[in-house]
Amino acid sequence: MKKLCAIATLVAAASLMYAAPAAKHAAVAAKANTVSAARGVVAVPYFRFENFTTANGLPDNHVFSVLVDGDRVWAGTEDGLAVYEGGRWKTYTTLDGLAHRAVLSLALDKRTGDVWAGTMAGLSRISGGRIDTYTQLNSGLSNDVVYGVSVEGENVWVATAAGACRLDLRTAQWSLYNERNTPMNEIWVYGVNATPTKVYFAVWGSGLLEYDQKTGRWDKYDDPDGETEMVLFKDQGLIHEIVTSVSYVDNIVWAATYFGDSRYDGRYWHNFLTKDSGLPSNFTNFVKALDANRAWFGTDKGLAYFDGVNWAVYRPSLKDGAPEMTVRDAQGKVTSVPVTTAPAHNYVLGLDVQGDDIWVATAKGLSHGIREHP
Amino acid sequence: MTSLLRSQTVRVAAAGTFVLSVLGLAVCSMRKVQAATQKARSGEILTYASPVEMLYSPDGTRLFVLCQGSDEVRVLNSGFQMIRRIPVGHIPRGLAFSADARRLYVANTWDDTLSVIDTRLLKVAHTWTVAAEPSGVAADRAGKYVFVANRISNDVAVLDATSGAELKRLAAGRGASYITASPDRARLYVTHVYPNPPRESTVEGNRAAPQAEITVVDAAQATVVDRIRLADVAHGFHIAFSRDGKLGVVAQLHPKNLVPLAHLEHSGAFADTLTLFGADVGRTVEVPLDELERYAVRPFGVAISPDKAHLYVTSEGAEFVTAIDVPRLVQYARRHPGSTARDLGASANYVVTRIAVGRDPRGVAFTPDGSRLLVANRLDDTISVIDTHTNRVVRTVVLEGPKVITVLRHGEQTFYTARYSFQGQIGCANCHIDSTFDGLTWDLEPDGFGRDIVDNRLLEDIRGTEPFKWNGGNPNLPTECGPRTEKYFWRSENYDDLTLTDLVVYVRHLPLRPNRWRQADGSLMPAQDRGKQLFNRSTDKFGIAIAEGNRCSYCHSGPKGTSQRSFDVGTGKRTDNSGLLDTPQLINVGLTAPYLHDGSAKTLEEIWTVFNPEDKHGRTNDLTKDELNDLIEYLRTR
Repeated sequence: MKKLCAIATLVAAASLMYAAPAAKHAAVAAKANTVSAARGVVAVPYFRFENFTTANGLPDNHVFSVLVDGDRVWAGTEDGLAVYEGGRWKTYTTLDGLAHRAVLSLALDKRTGDVWAGTMAGLSRISGGRIDTYTQLNSGLSNDVVYGVSVEGENVWVATAAGACRLDLRTAQWSLYNERNTPMNEIWVYGVNATPTKVYFAVWGSGLLEYDQKTGRWDKYDDPDGETEMVLFKDQGLIHEIVTSVSYVDNIVWAATYFGDSRYDGRYWHNFLTKDSGLPSNFTNFVKALDANRAWFGTDKGLAYFDGVNWAVYRPSLKDGAPEMTVRDAQGKVTSVPVTTAPAHNYVLGLDVQGDDIWVATAKGLSHGIREHP
Repeated sequence: MTSLLRSQTVRVAAAGTFVLSVLGLAVCSMRKVQAATQKARSGEILTYASPVEMLYSPDGTRLFVLCQGSDEVRVLNSGFQMIRRIPVGHIPRGLAFSADARRLYVANTWDDTLSVIDTRLLKVAHTWTVAAEPSGVAADRAGKYVFVANRISNDVAVLDATSGAELKRLAAGRGASYITASPDRARLYVTHVYPNPPRESTVEGNRAAPQAEITVVDAAQATVVDRIRLADVAHGFHIAFSRDGKLGVVAQLHPKNLVPLAHLEHSGAFADTLTLFGADVGRTVEVPLDELERYAVRPFGVAISPDKAHLYVTSEGAEFVTAIDVPRLVQYARRHPGSTARDLGASANYVVTRIAVGRDPRGVAFTPDGSRLLVANRLDDTISVIDTHTNRVVRTVVLEGPKVITVLRHGEQTFYTARYSFQGQIGCANCHIDSTFDGLTWDLEPDGFGRDIVDNRLLEDIRGTEPFKWNGGNPNLPTECGPRTEKYFWRSENYDDLTLTDLVVYVRHLPLRPNRWRQADGSLMPAQDRGKQLFNRSTDKFGIAIAEGNRCSYCHSGPKGTSQRSFDVGTGKRTDNSGLLDTPQLINVGLTAPYLHDGSAKTLEEIWTVFNPEDKHGRTNDLTKDELNDLIEYLRTR
């Protein structure tokens, strides 16, 4: 109700502005800001969050990854892979064949319906309830610590603690990518996003790696200033070498780092820092782009949404833990939107989209953000 | 009599046969044959029809018979007279109609194609290239997809029914081979002929109970929606459904490989069973077909009568059809959930009779009115016609083809029958599925109970790979197939000289399947080429010379990858009697998991990542993971 009242007030203010043609400049500016803020609030999505923890069926509260698969939702936790279907949780463990109890990453093969799970001790495929596991000992997988996985066509692309690799599902051949055959200075690969045209790798300490599917060529994007603590050349390249996540949609690549985030359209870079954007923290674990302009960011200080103009942050308050939603508009004005729910925790590790809803993996539970239209 | 030499491979085989004859062995046997048994009269290579599957056209006017030996579909009329021979690809294994029956799809295993037959014109309209060893095929109801089970790639390919283009592949069981659509064609049920890999290797080797599955595919979505677990089952074959869709039955082989293979007299080797599933029984129930002193060896084809009164199962090795009362079977299954596979008294509750048919009976088909059951007898080119009211064979249709039984044909009949073993319990093909291997490890008696657990090896192209057995104890095939087999497997002395010789000739001439990792032109892909260099290297990455006996190419020398000598490669287990092991050939090694003498390595990788800590099985610990992957890519081309 509080949120509804706040929105009504903002909308009323906006209406007044349009009804007052002779107002003074300051008043106009103030009203313009109000309008902008109002538009920002209206533009960003509003959610009611329902949170899942061990108290209501999740096997563990540490949720590293989440994947939406139609009506099903998969959660990679520190103690098993849980799937939510028909209002119930079912958990797969190592007893079922899962490579390891800690599931760090998830990917869906949309063609077959198979789910791929990257764990702390190998890569597992869940297919029709059967789990097949690939490890560095029983297969060509480069390393058992699988931070990221992505499926494109017949290929499963894997980000591991010792380079990246690709499993060709037709031939069962593994191809390994590391410092010997790519411009990868470090081999600690944190994330991968494979598309029909490009495959991007988030490399911890070695920037962003690009593989062109047609030419087979590699390209590398680095922080141009090479500084680990400072940003000297903002918007001139990748924001930082420690890349944690990457998302490529509509020919735009979005990269998350521990020191801010980047967007690259093939010609221009745009970087996001807390000081000049609505990002709640530069320490970003995760980015998921929706299209060329919109993306979600998972940080250590909350979940953020950017629609190309406005930012929204969803989190328990850093002060008292109370549910909090703020909107930052194009002018930088931050508006607090009254809410009664928030994601389970500020430390956000993953997100996936289910229609208008979102599912958020956090350090203390999985959150279902149910889209509402106040 | 015209000798039909159909291919280079067969010509080589023929040449080999005659060489053997020159050596005296075959010649000797021929004389014995003609003088004594009249079984094998010709050393020629003849083309037999070898029928394996049959389908009636929906109107019942035509019977399509898939002839694996002659690479064709024969079309018979309702009087069983042949009206057309339609050549298809090499060694076809499966066939299915499209939903409108205007097309007949045939899976050709050795040339990786699907023949699409126009059922009005009775000729092949298209030949689609598919994946590795396509064995089973089914079409959806909507005419959108064709599904192909691939035995080598262990998956089900989903094809566009219009163009034949492969859209995707679905993970199935190992050796995916047979697809059956549910009566409404909404779902497809896929079986596989080799056991799924166990999850864990054990110190004692690969001694987990075998596991199999029925892969359930949603035909509209073309996705796997379920996997029906078949505990303790290693090899699944055909499935049948009742018309109401409430009862599904799979014919399967349940090995007892975790106990020593020394108790054939106590039915100690295999259980020949069915698994029932569906609404009629609830959870899956495994029931035996065997009874005391009568074993339904290697159940293969299965059919449920249209009125759901009877169920019929062919048994390849037993050479009979088991007729089962379905209501009594369902009643028994409901009262005995789980498995009664080892209960030799169980089948009396539901088996009506056993009907003797021809050699190696395979696929079955009901006439449209259900009054007759047809059985394709692969190894004598006949179709048995069973009256389903009397459960008697009322006619045997002889397919056109050679009447003479050649040495190879007789050897093959010997290989597949169970008649030589004690009480007819097993045959060679029990452990060498379709003349290959079984993916299992066994504890054989001669080495002592619990001693020398051994992995089963591939039989293809084994000339020049002797001695046999993992300890190299059998110098040649006559020894391997004769006294050893008779004493330790058959528990009988039933082979006469002729039969043993013919069996040996057959086994010696089992041809090599095409290697699916090798390029058509024989060239190697870059990773394979890098791997070949590692295989042949004489110095390690530090420039240090590798001792001759520690090079891959030393022990695995020659065209078949074996020096035919024994070595200690550090893989011995405390259960082994000797540290010396025969060097296995590398022929089609990519197919034959598990690996090492006791099957303790689930994959090729594990040979070196787990079981070669001291570099005794070749110098490999200097290799990076990339390089080990390259080496394995090369090995798969062997």
